Formats: sequence, structure tokens, C-alpha cells
Amino acid sequence: MDKIQKIFASCAGADRAALVIFCSCGYPDMASSEQIIDDAIAAGADIIELGVPFSDPMADGAAIRQASEVALHNGATLKRILAMAERLCKKHPDTGFILFSYMNVMLNYGLEALCGELRRIGVDGILAVDLPYEEKAELAGPCRAGGLHLIPLVSPATSLERAAMIMGEATGFVYSVNVCGITGIREQLPPEVAGRLAALKERSPVPVAAGFGIADSASAKAIARVADGVVVGSAVISKLLVPGDLVERRQSAAALVGSLAGSLSRHA
Amino acid sequence: MNTHYGIYGGQYVAETLMPILHELEKEYLVAREDPAFQEEFRSLLKNYVGRESAFYYARRLSEHLGGARIYLKREDLNHTGAHKINNTVGQALLAKRMGKTRLIAETGAGMHGVATATVAALFGFECEVFMGTTDIDRQAVNVERMETLGATVRPVSEGSATLKDAMNEALRDWTARSADTFYVIGTVAGPHPYPLLVKDFQSVIGEEARRQCLGQTGRLPDEVVACVGGGSNAMGIFAGFLADHGVGLTGVEAGGEGIASGKHAASICGGRVGVLHGSKTYLLQDDDGQILETHSVSAGLDYPGVGPEHCFLADSRRARYVTVDDTEAIDAFAMLARFEGIIPALESSHALAYAIRTAPAQSRDRIIVVNLSGRGDKDMDNIRRFRAQQAEKG
Repeated sequence: MDKIQKIFASCAGADRAALVIFCSCGYPDMASSEQIIDDAIAAGADIIELGVPFSDPMADGAAIRQASEVALHNGATLKRILAMAERLCKKHPDTGFILFSYMNVMLNYGLEALCGELRRIGVDGILAVDLPYEEKAELAGPCRAGGLHLIPLVSPATSLERAAMIMGEATGFVYSVNVCGITGIREQLPPEVAGRLAALKERSPVPVAAGFGIADSASAKAIARVADGVVVGSAVISKLLVPGDLVERRQSAAALVGSLAGSLSRHA
Repeated sequence: MNTHYGIYGGQYVAETLMPILHELEKEYLVAREDPAFQEEFRSLLKNYVGRESAFYYARRLSEHLGGARIYLKREDLNHTGAHKINNTVGQALLAKRMGKTRLIAETGAGMHGVATATVAALFGFECEVFMGTTDIDRQAVNVERMETLGATVRPVSEGSATLKDAMNEALRDWTARSADTFYVIGTVAGPHPYPLLVKDFQSVIGEEARRQCLGQTGRLPDEVVACVGGGSNAMGIFAGFLADHGVGLTGVEAGGEGIASGKHAASICGGRVGVLHGSKTYLLQDDDGQILETHSVSAGLDYPGVGPEHCFLADSRRARYVTVDDTEAIDAFAMLARFEGIIPALESSHALAYAIRTAPAQSRDRIIVVNLSGRGDKDMDNIRRFRAQQAEKG
């Protein structure tokens, strides 16, 4: 069993969903973002998505775009993020780490070189936002060679037939997007999300984590009943984007992660 | 079907957009072979757009330069003043066929926005056009035109607040609303099938130019020149001559303040391969793979990528790509106005400038066809501003 499998197995054993937290690397600066990730892990995150900022984040909502812009302005680069990832993997050997990036930044680094480096560091996989099933070959090869999971996305627009094809080739886990649209919290998730997740789980050989739109522990709790993992990004980043003292903002982000972690049990 | 041009093109989008792209491809491939669709398209091009557009020998200009003969393909005479309308008519027909009720578009210079707002009014679609705030400032008249036509202009202030940012926002909107919305992309970029269908809709330019050139001169041109931002007017005119291997194809990119200055928009001449807006292409990017802000006096060329088929034509050397800087384009703009009584768009002025630069050294029996892709009325404020800046620099 690899680390990602162990994480989902241990969560399933405890009858709870795994908590996956998306972090905008380099926001507000490299050093602070490393502390924010440390905080999230201490507060109960099982897997961290290391969000690589991109100048043209076409799949992202306002919160992640704003964080990306600040991160880039303050000098975030893929190289510095990899250096941070190496330290994080050493500090947190039981936490899963997924590099979450748009293709251009990775292509620019070199896909083979990147996968080799991620393997050496101990990162578990890659999620490429703008790399659908039809284009995945160029990254799937280097991922396989590097022993990395290439985490696919499925969306409410994806037919179940297509989802079965995508999930059939997945390793690690599948990321199911709750709503058609960009990242960001929603006041309410559509009522069909639960049924959809159940249908996906029935067809998926790997765990299904669900994200997009999850604002608080109440919506996380509802998703945790039907998904193997719950992904939260913008809600945590929103806590960091408010004006004010950074230590307080970090505490408030960590408090949200803590309350999310506490809401994922299926007992209560 | 093959969604790439060599290594370029493809469908680099989030999964949420894949089903709608598949639906669009399927619908387009049927429409492409449907005589009724083609007839409706051709009929609108003739009776609404005003095609065919003129093919004009620029005699005074050519004689003044004293070299190759320069012919102009007059896309500036189309309804709405540029080649953009050819494509929006085609895409609006597709949208109607697919039962969509709302059109969205990105725009830089505003010409594609106007062309989209126009067909939205013609067919009764709701219409929203995304436009960078920088472009809104420098193309104010086109904003008014879109609003007059009933479209809503949605200002985009992120990033460089130009065409690429408008396209990001349009893609985000489409990701959330593809059920009722058709995204009218204005150039041969974006994910497959856009580069294919936009080229098809614009290829009428090349078909006409080839026929007209043969009719007026009895022969094919030696060279066909067009400006390249995303590259739709160039791909449209090149399409008519791709199989004629004796005809040179030249794409002119925006050199801005010069390639060496870093302030330009020449993706092929000054960029590296990457992925943006759904397609693998030459891109202006920094060492970390972040997209660079572009610079050109012409808003319509201010785009950091380029259509994937142009990348393929560049690599295979079927076409070659060169640059013309801001000043040279402005000079060509003024020269055409004075010698021929035609005020060209600043975008088209780049292609014209290249012909003006190279014609004198060629013999008089050579023929250069320049795609005059749009008219320059929209650029008057811009020219005035540029001249004022130059005067300040002394």
C-alpha cells in the first residue's frame, strides 16, 4: 500500500472522510505559506494540495486568483515551491502531498524533470487542472515512471460513461468537482451532489474526493457522508485574504481546518 | 478526429468544459457537411456582410515604392469594418443550431466584440462581451458600438487587463454556463475545435483573394501577407493558398517597441512552446512559465499566444513569420491614407508595413497581396495618443 492508499484506508477504518486542503503556495509569501501548511496539517489535514500559482488561472474563482497574484508578486516560483515541498515532506512523513498546477508552469519546468524531482522529494502525485483525459498521455508517462499518481478530475458535466473511463485509469484518488464552474465557495451545494457521488463511488476503483463550493463544516459534513475525501480550498484561503494581522488570519484559517476535520466523521 | 497540428493545439481545458467541446465538435462536423447550413452561411456573407470584398491594386502606393505590385484584400469594407464578422456569422449559426440562447465573447480591439454583438442582435441572442479595462480605455468607441447593439460589456481588470485576461474570464463564464451559452471565440486559438472552425469560417477570404487575383492579374501572387495576433485573418487568407507551393505566406507579428526591448507581442518570433487558453502554442512567458504582459500599439495584436496552426506552419516552414514594430506600423497607416485614401486598422497596418518595407527591392512583375483585415476609424484616438507620446519623447 502506498501513502495515499494508507491515508484513505485509515480514514475509512475510522469511518470518516479524508480531509484534503488546497493551499496557495507562496501566499502571502513563501515562508508564511509553509507555516500555513504546517498549521493545516496540525489542525487535521490528511492530504495537502500544493497549489502552484499561475498568471492565467482560468479555472479559478476570485479567492484563489487573488492569492495567486499576490504569491507571484512576492516571488513564488515552481523551484521555490519544490524546495518548500521537500521540507514539508520531511516534516510530515504521514501527510499526502499532491502538486496542483496548470500545465504551462510544469511544461516550462520539463515534465520528466519535474516528475523525477517530485519522486525524490516524496510528493505523491500531480493534479493538472487543464489536462483532461484526452491530453493526459504526455504527463501520465513521466508520472508512471516516477511512481506518481496523476489525479483526474470529473465534473457534473461528465457523463457517467465518461467518468467510468476516466476513473478506470486512475490511481491514488479521483477529484470530483461538485459544481460546474470555477473554484470558490457556494452558499448552497446543489441537491443532486450526494446522488452523483454515490454513482461515481460505485464505478470508481479508487477513492473519490469531492471539492468546489464547500464553505464550512456543515457542507463538509454533508459531503463526508457520501465521499471518501472532502477537498476545501477557497474557504480556507478566504480566511487568509481578509485584511489584518497575519498571525490572527493564520489562526482563523487553522481554526476552520480544525472544524472541518471535526466534521468528517460519519458516526454522529 | 485529430485535434492537434503537429504538437500544437489540442484541448487543454478543465474537465468541466470537455463535454461541451465534444458537443460542439460533433455539431460542427455535421453542419460543415450540411448544404443547408453552408447555404445560409454563404447567403448571410453575401447579403448581410456584403461579400465578396474588393481586391484592389494599390497603384499609387506601389508606384511610389517602385517595386513589387501591392494588392489589398479589402476586409475593411465588410459590415462592421473587419474580417471578424465572417466568423461570428458562422458561429452564431452554430449556436442557433445547438439551441443556445446566449453568446459570450472576448475582445481586444473591440472588433470581435462588435462583430459578436452584431450577430447577437441579428439572431436575437443575449450577448455579453468580456473586455480588459486597458482596452476599454483605448477603444472607447467600440464599447459604445457594442452597447448600442444591445450587448453588455463586462470589464476585466485582472492581470494585464487586455485580451488574454478577457479570454480567461470568458472561459470561466462558459465553464459555469455552457448549458445555455455559446462561446464565440474570435480567433484561430483556444481549444479544438475552435482553431478548425474559425479557420473554416474565415477561409472565404483566401478563396476570394485567389480567384480575384487570378481574374485580375492572370496569375497567383508571389507572396500573401497578413498580420498575426491570434491569427484568424492570416489563417483565413492563407487557407486559399496553402496548396499553392509557389505562393509565399508571411505572417506579421507585433514587434511593439522591438523584440530586444521585451515589449512586444510576437509569440512565434519571440516566444516558447507552452499551454494557454486550451491550446499548445508559442507563448510569451517568463523563466518560470508565467505568461508575460504583451505590448503593441494595436490592441488587436496584444495577445501572448497564437493559433496552433500558425505554430505548425512556422515549424514546417510553409509560412514564415516576421515582426513590424509600433512606429513602422504607424507610418504604414499614414502612408496608405495619403496614397490610397484608405485608413487601415493598426493591426492591418503591420502587414502593410512589411509589404512597404520589402516591395521596393522586388521587381515590378512580382505581386504581393496584403490582407487589409480592418478599417482604422477605431484607431484615431490611439494614433493621436501615440503621436503625442512620441512628441514628448522628442
